[in-house]
Amino acid sequence: MSRIATTFARLAGTARKALIPFFTVGDPQLEMAVPIMQALVAGGADILELGVPFSDPMADGPTIQRSSERALSNGVTLTDVLAVVAEFRQTDTLTPVVLMGYANPIERLGFATFARHAQAAGVDGVLVVDYPPVEARRFKETLSQVDIDTIFLLAPTTTETRIQEIAQLATGYLYYVSLRGVTGAATIDVEAVAAQVARIRRQATVPVGVGFGIRDGETARCLGEVADAIVVGSRLVETIESSSKGELLGNVEGLMREFRHALDNAS
Amino acid sequence: MNAIEKVFEYDMPDSQGYFGPYGGAFMSETLVAAIDELKHQYERYRQDPEFLAELTYELKHYVGRPSPIYHAKRLTAQLGGAQIYLKREDLNHTGAHKINNTIGQAMLARRMGKRRVIAETGAGQHGVATATVAARYGMQCVVYMGSEDVHRQAQNVYRMKLLGAEVVPVESGSKTLKDAMNEAMRDWVTHVDETFYIIGTVAGPHPYPTLVRDFNAVVGRECLTQMPDLIGKQPDVVLACVGGGSNAMGIFYPYIPHESVRLIGVEAAGDGLSSGRHAASLSAGIPGVLHGNRTYLLQDAHGQIIETHSISAGLDYPGVGPEHSWLKDCGRASYEAITDEEALHAFHSLCRLEGIIPALESSHAVAQAMKMAPTMSPEQVLLVNLSGRGDKDMATVAERSGLLL
Repeated sequence: MSRIATTFARLAGTARKALIPFFTVGDPQLEMAVPIMQALVAGGADILELGVPFSDPMADGPTIQRSSERALSNGVTLTDVLAVVAEFRQTDTLTPVVLMGYANPIERLGFATFARHAQAAGVDGVLVVDYPPVEARRFKETLSQVDIDTIFLLAPTTTETRIQEIAQLATGYLYYVSLRGVTGAATIDVEAVAAQVARIRRQATVPVGVGFGIRDGETARCLGEVADAIVVGSRLVETIESSSKGELLGNVEGLMREFRHALDNAS
Repeated sequence: MNAIEKVFEYDMPDSQGYFGPYGGAFMSETLVAAIDELKHQYERYRQDPEFLAELTYELKHYVGRPSPIYHAKRLTAQLGGAQIYLKREDLNHTGAHKINNTIGQAMLARRMGKRRVIAETGAGQHGVATATVAARYGMQCVVYMGSEDVHRQAQNVYRMKLLGAEVVPVESGSKTLKDAMNEAMRDWVTHVDETFYIIGTVAGPHPYPTLVRDFNAVVGRECLTQMPDLIGKQPDVVLACVGGGSNAMGIFYPYIPHESVRLIGVEAAGDGLSSGRHAASLSAGIPGVLHGNRTYLLQDAHGQIIETHSISAGLDYPGVGPEHSWLKDCGRASYEAITDEEALHAFHSLCRLEGIIPALESSHAVAQAMKMAPTMSPEQVLLVNLSGRGDKDMATVAERSGLLL
């Protein structure tokens, strides 16, 4: 069983929900990526989503755009991100790691090279924001040959037919984008999201996570009652952005604890 | 069509929006439903007689079509070679070819019940053309424009505001056209239910490259009948500048089956291709994925999009429409690059010899014609798409000449 499936099975056994933080590798510095990952796990994160910086992050709001720009100004590349995962794996062989980014850096490296290096580094899943399923066929095949999951997005605008189609293709988990907008946008309508997630779960054979616009423990707790996983992105990136070097790891761990606590008090 | 003329078989794109390996629909799931809806509606209206009749009426009475073709005799005489003809898209309402497309998309938006339109703009011509049709149809209009371009094209910014549009300066990335497009996509994702995104070039996720091409193809269709009327034959070469490539696709597309007509797209070489400061995606790029399609892109070794440079804001784009990528690879069209200096020289030549002030974008195509004409015989004919007028470029040209307006 893959690390992602093992993690969800373990959580289901204790009726807990997965906490999935997202941050951009290379922000504030490349050397901080592994310590941040370790702090996230120490604070209670179950799966880590690592942002691969891109020059044109069309689906991201200002917070993650800025973090991507900082990482790029530090010269961080996809190859660096893979090296970060390999280094993290020296001390943590259990926590699943998912890469999230845009198609072009992966295409530049080439599918086969990317898949080989990602497997060697210990990557468990990849989410390419601008690969809807129809454009992801060959990519998904390449990744499945090295047992890496392709994670797909679902949106409030996704039709019932498409939910069925995507649910059938899904590996790892499905990621429900909880609002019409970019990452880090305004607060979400918890009841509407809950209804949608319930609808998706009826079709899905893999766990369903919710992200975009989850800014506090209370929202996480409410959504944790219906979803299998909660993704916290912009809020974490803001914490990284506003923390001094000395307090960064403590703040990151503290934020995870806050969400962990809220999630574990769900249901 | 003449029976002895060789015909190039062409039926692009396929049902998934692919031109060979280029095109497609690469976007976040959030936009898939909106794109599917657009695809469906466009399929319906592109063959709807009532829609097409209204479009023809608008193009005639609002835009002023057909635009004339003008024989640039003094320019031809000075160069001493092939005859140079200009397709006068600069004479359209709003001063460029861009309105051919914005009228068509605004008519689609109305039929789809969208009351709000958004657009990205580089030189401001597409922004002005969008603001114009939004005013014409009583729609709310927001235009995204790189803050760098807001400075370069202050007059067009004011024109858009006069027309009732909100102009949003974009501060992210290189602060030019590509970043304006990113921001327009973000707006669209956020307001997808009530908003129609009027893309200004033959790029973006399928069906945009096809739709924008089709609305601009009126340019080439007119040439197909105007040239025989004028000179009894089709031109030997058709030239057009290429940023995203909408005016070029507009004039190329109807000529694709006419195999004897050479098609040449002209990119912006900026300070020169070897300087690294240019915007020539087809001449110097590598295929990749940006803004919803796979196409030639200016990118670094790690797949990051690199900043471009051109004196003309409308060509300052690191990608190009996917159909151009295909026409390049299959050899039906070829692509050249013209530097800022060469474009400026062509700009001044057309001003002084023909009394026509061309847009800096279109000046690139004129410059390529000026390079080729002396190497050809006087019986041969070059047809240049003069895609826009240069009123918007006064400040840029004056500054390059050391003047301050």
